[in-house]
Amino acid sequence: MNAPAISRRSFIAASLIGAGVVAFDARLALGAPGDEAAGTVNAYVRILPDNRFVIGAKNPEIGQGVKTMLPMLIAEELDIDWDQVVVEQTPVNSATYGRQVAGGSRTTPTSWLLMRQAGAAARSMLVQAAAAKWAVDAGTLTTASGMVSHAGSGRSASYASLAADAAKLAAPALEEVPLKDEADFGIIGTSRMGVDTPAIVTGKPLYGIDTDLPNMAYAAIEICPVFKGTVVGFDEAAVKAVPGVISVVPVNSGLVEKGSFDALAIVADSWWTAKQARTKLNAKWDDAQFRKFSTDSYVEAAQAALAAPADGAIFKAGDAAAALKGAVKTVTADYDYPFLAHATLEPQNCTAQFDADGLTLWAPSQAPEGGRAQIAELMDLAPEAITIHLTRIGGGFGRRLMSDYMLQAAQIARAIPGRPVKLLYTREDDTAHDYYRPAGWHRFSAGLDEEGSIASFADHFVTFGEDGKPVRAAGLSEDEFPAPLVPNVDLSVSYLETNMPTGWLRAPGSNALGFVFQSFLDEVAEAAGVDLPTLMLRTLGEDRVFFPEKGAGAFNTGRARAVIEQVVKDAGWSHARPTPGSGKGRGFGFYFSHLGYFAEVLDAAVSQDGTITVEKVWVAGDIGSQVINPMNAMQQVQGSVIDGLAQAMIGQKIDQVDGAVVQRNFDGFPLMRIDGAPREIAVNFVKSQYSPTGLGEPALPPVIPALANAVYAASGKRIRSLGFA
Amino acid sequence: MTIKLKVNREERSIDVDPDKPLLWALREDMKLPGTKFGCGAGLCGACTVLLDGQPVRSCQTPIGSVGNAAITTIEDVSSQPAGPAVLAAWQELDVPQCGYCQAGQIMTATWMLGEFPDVSPDDIDGMMSGNICRCSTYMRIREAIGQAAKTVRTGEKA
Repeated sequence: MNAPAISRRSFIAASLIGAGVVAFDARLALGAPGDEAAGTVNAYVRILPDNRFVIGAKNPEIGQGVKTMLPMLIAEELDIDWDQVVVEQTPVNSATYGRQVAGGSRTTPTSWLLMRQAGAAARSMLVQAAAAKWAVDAGTLTTASGMVSHAGSGRSASYASLAADAAKLAAPALEEVPLKDEADFGIIGTSRMGVDTPAIVTGKPLYGIDTDLPNMAYAAIEICPVFKGTVVGFDEAAVKAVPGVISVVPVNSGLVEKGSFDALAIVADSWWTAKQARTKLNAKWDDAQFRKFSTDSYVEAAQAALAAPADGAIFKAGDAAAALKGAVKTVTADYDYPFLAHATLEPQNCTAQFDADGLTLWAPSQAPEGGRAQIAELMDLAPEAITIHLTRIGGGFGRRLMSDYMLQAAQIARAIPGRPVKLLYTREDDTAHDYYRPAGWHRFSAGLDEEGSIASFADHFVTFGEDGKPVRAAGLSEDEFPAPLVPNVDLSVSYLETNMPTGWLRAPGSNALGFVFQSFLDEVAEAAGVDLPTLMLRTLGEDRVFFPEKGAGAFNTGRARAVIEQVVKDAGWSHARPTPGSGKGRGFGFYFSHLGYFAEVLDAAVSQDGTITVEKVWVAGDIGSQVINPMNAMQQVQGSVIDGLAQAMIGQKIDQVDGAVVQRNFDGFPLMRIDGAPREIAVNFVKSQYSPTGLGEPALPPVIPALANAVYAASGKRIRSLGFA
Repeated sequence: MTIKLKVNREERSIDVDPDKPLLWALREDMKLPGTKFGCGAGLCGACTVLLDGQPVRSCQTPIGSVGNAAITTIEDVSSQPAGPAVLAAWQELDVPQCGYCQAGQIMTATWMLGEFPDVSPDDIDGMMSGNICRCSTYMRIREAIGQAAKTVRTGEKA
């Protein structure tokens, strides 16, 4: 049949693992042949004696739906029915399972082919087993609903009854296993309820915060309010005098040097007790050198930086300054946006147990292997001595790509060996100790030629950096639209210093850059006497691909054009620019991020007192040839749209005074509520020939400029600064 | 001190500080983790439970103040008049994304439809506005409530 599996980069192995259960373990090579560094990923399917199928889902589930989506891909090609599937979360071990990260909307593009190959290979072995048993040609056999059938003789057999024979067969080469024609899909492209939904709606323990172990202790934590400050002292006797308190443990959260501590964990027999005892802590910190950082200091420094030459260049083409001088019309404007918190509804938490066998964690983490590596380094543990159980996650949004809560829980557990301990932040801790979306400032200028095309485009971006490089999530890349399509460009950058920890917030970079670039381009369009879709299509020009070396990440102007034209059609967009100020207005925004192309139109009403009401949003998105789970996909898009509106119009911002964050709870950092959500969000997926890509993020960025541009159309007032309520 | 409670149609007796919020007594002392901690300040609604059928924020309710009131949590929401219809709609429309707020959303929706099965879209937005969904599943929540309301009004079995 086929060459021995061992010689294959990708292979599948089937084995009887007892009680009639047969396991198919697929080892799938990532990347191009020869690129061994790309690694492998294992997918597994276990066939149970009753012809049900346990399928492993390897990635963290944060509400983006991957725990349902990944098994759908395998089940499709295995040719079983969805109600025969039992999904289980795989262990955390990226050496075995490949990338186990919920980030970058990357699970779909990295799994689309591999998971289908795994399912198809298992199916092929079951078919071979049936062919051998019945002495017929495998090509005469068909499969459906977990059964192999031979039409000629009327014979059929369940996969379970064939599994033991299949386990003895040599495995096929995964690359050669035929995949279904997309027209024959019965699971992919159909709506499937989330596999955890029944447990969610009946209150079953699923999340990190629900972890409950025998003899478990609980920890509250006080982290130095000023980032990077360290512990000097605290009133241990007063805390320990509280009945139920077990100990106070100094902790390193990962912001300060190894060997020093920036937090104190109060461990007690209940979390409520630990939280109450915390009020007796009276902690003293060494934080004087970091108290100089404040929102006011950044605003002042940013204005100074904008007035001075930039620190460095990001992208230059032609001569932007000269072209601006020679332009028929010029537009200049300053834009800015604040720091933002993630505000996952499940506060940061982690449970850990340390004993002779090593460290075990129950972690709601988007990047558990990152946590393992950081703990191993900080605590001088072998990575193999750390076991991580992944829980369901009550909201990610990028917050849980960071591992501070895992580091903290691990150190607390080591202080009380043998006893599991659950660390839980208060909401106030969670808001004041995040890894924030960085604030930023932009000074734009653009010049138009006689045809109304952009001849010159410049942005002086003031962001946060160290050693001439942006801090986490604070960068701007050379392919930011419209830079690659304009003859004279100057994207430059200046860096401010901060002690604020920064991190990735859903559609990182893009959530802010989409706002400033597409809003400024609406100003440019107005100067050109056209609407933004017209300027966009004019600037995109003929269909072509920029930065092809980025592969699927290369910017495809044809795909951009298609979604813009679609949303213009769906919304009945008029290309005439109405005179602003009627109280009602429509705005447009486009953005390409996370491999997805999204164009959005928004209708807003602005009342006399400035109150903004979003009436309806239209979305056209291209995420490739298939929308794997349409019911979930719709939710991802609608949720992203509302999330973007929350960032823009309800007063979300994080301020800093004396080195510490000001906001504490949902009164200071509001989240969108149902009465602020638009009544209608119409979503249209534009199918293209490309491999499917992810949907956790790319629908978010365009809605913010669509809102800002709609508010301008309605009121005549440009929104150039976010953080207002 | 020992406190006697009626929780999900069962008599319970727990030894607990009467100032401890009902939320933490449920989660830690009664091992009912379905009720969620979100803000600890009565701002997000994740901890919503029913006391004698009325929604309260369990993070703001000292256990000692509950008295004889019957406590209903998400684990037993199907015992409420609109509970089965709400649970059915929530699953059929797959309302949850991360799912963390949904216990609170379901408790409020179940109370609302039990009392006001004829809710208008404005009523829904008004009465559900105390429950934050960070994933913004609001479109689906409205749809599910509309569907459940229909079931409750027609008296069909969910």
